[in-house]
Amino acid sequence: MTDQSTKTEPGPDGGVPVRTGLSPRKKQQISRAVQYVVLVAAVVFLLMRIEWGKLAENFAKPEVAAETLPDLFTVALKNTIIYSVGGFFFAFLLGLLFALMRMSSVRPYRWIAIAYIEIFRGLPALLIFLLILFLPLALPGFEVPGGTYGQGILGLTIVGSAYMAETLRAGLQAVPKGQMEAARSLGMSHARAMTTIVIPQAVRIVIPPTTNQFVSLLKDSSLVLFLGVSGEYVELTKFGNDMASTFANATPILVVGVTYLLVTIPLGYLASRLEKRQARGR
Amino acid sequence: MTPVNHAVEIRDLHKHFGKLEVLKGIDFAVDPGQVVCVIGPSGSGKSTLLRCVNLLEQPTSGRVVLEGVELTDRDVDIDAARRRVGMVFQQFNLFPHMTALQNVMVAQRRVLKRGRAEAEKIARENLEKVGIADKCDAYPLQLSGGQQQRVAIARALAMNPALMLFDEPTSALDPELVGDVLTVMRKLAEEGMTMLVVTHEMAFARDVADRVVFMDGGVIVEDGPAAQVIGEPQHERTKSFLRRVLDPTHTDV
Ligand SMILES: Nc1ncnc2c1ncn2[C@@H]1O[C@H](COP(=O)(O)OP(=O)(O)OP(=O)(O)O)[C@@H](O)[C@H]1O
Ligand SMILES: [Mg+2]
Repeated sequence: MTDQSTKTEPGPDGGVPVRTGLSPRKKQQISRAVQYVVLVAAVVFLLMRIEWGKLAENFAKPEVAAETLPDLFTVALKNTIIYSVGGFFFAFLLGLLFALMRMSSVRPYRWIAIAYIEIFRGLPALLIFLLILFLPLALPGFEVPGGTYGQGILGLTIVGSAYMAETLRAGLQAVPKGQMEAARSLGMSHARAMTTIVIPQAVRIVIPPTTNQFVSLLKDSSLVLFLGVSGEYVELTKFGNDMASTFANATPILVVGVTYLLVTIPLGYLASRLEKRQARGR
Repeated sequence: MTPVNHAVEIRDLHKHFGKLEVLKGIDFAVDPGQVVCVIGPSGSGKSTLLRCVNLLEQPTSGRVVLEGVELTDRDVDIDAARRRVGMVFQQFNLFPHMTALQNVMVAQRRVLKRGRAEAEKIARENLEKVGIADKCDAYPLQLSGGQQQRVAIARALAMNPALMLFDEPTSALDPELVGDVLTVMRKLAEEGMTMLVVTHEMAFARDVADRVVFMDGGVIVEDGPAAQVIGEPQHERTKSFLRRVLDPTHTDV
């Protein structure tokens, strides 16, 4: 597609080179034509190979889709949102705590924060959920407060907090040093200056990346499946999985997928809008 | 115990940054109502000196005594002491997430614990005093540099400081905006505010300052009445600095 093969030779008197062979424009036209041909061939092949009736029967059966209502929204989506909003909320608080510890002047605090962040950023989310599942074995008598919701939220909190800590630290460090100095010169204590001047600005800075982190937590909430939840606690993925088994049909999976996208695509769009607005300055 | 006759008194102040000794024994005092301008070449330690006065930098050794309270005492309540000293920065350092009015109110509310109505009244008075009463609801980024700097002055004044520190308050401004800020500062001086001003504005130093201090290489080279230090400097270093500042196109390189 590039014009590496276009031979050029210096023109007479070393002026504009004289081209030999096809012009770059011609080459581009040919390359584009080839790409279209490949695309059409692939589409035709798929159209002929796929048994459309069977596919629709399995993935988009209206009767089965209808069966998912209203629980799809009133139970499954609601729970997905409870798990992910709860997880996000606590991940934010815990992340802020670790970000501040990471920047503390007390060295052991920095060590603890670094250890926490490195460990939980490096572990697969699923492993963390399994860990929570087996927690009662390790700590007999220990119970996560809030029951099933508590367990799911705890898992997502741990998954999200390490990333959140790093994002917030970047945000805190992006606030110019002069802000803290101006606040201190007005007689504010370090803690007061942090809470009224520095943290609010840092939070504004990290809104776009944390919106993306929320989307990522929303998807990770599907891991609640592995906690063995049932009944009123199921979230979207578990719900789709159960329904698909019940009807021996994949339609619920598709329906659930669309429901995720209903939330994640607008949020992703919002995040990039916020990011652009910030790039333009305030 | 130091008698309470100086607004601020600095004794044998040293400041190191690692191996670099930036202040090499500074002695001077500012009396209540005095305006002292600090001039000197870049890197001579002017900002560092100013920042040591309100302990934004911790002095390596020496004493800083503000209204009889030794700030360099390790057990002093530094937040309380800083309330008595206003600081105006070269880069303004307004809080960008707050309106002009909120900028002037926030420390009154949080530090002095003034009520909302009182804080707002004092904020509006001070914004009026610096000539931007009509910009109360604007955010810093909607203001020109000159307007931002005046909000910053109002913010410091609202705390009723006994001493105002200015670190090159007009150096980041477009030339046509410098005058607005200097006018405000001159008015403050005439009202009897005690001021310590680092500046390159020689006209301001000559007209407004009671005393001018010339610093070079971390020491005070010359300290005296404005007319003397700027008009008839005694030291060669002062003379050559003033030549360069007052007549920049005729510098012998
Ligand atoms: N935080 C710091 N860490 C290390 N070195 C510093 C620090 N702050 C200042 N210095 C150094 O101290 C010296 C004096 O700096 P200072 O800012 O006080 O000079 P200044 O007289 O205000 O100069 P200017 O006119 O450029 O503002 C400079 O060499 C500077 O590099
Ligand atoms: Mg300076």
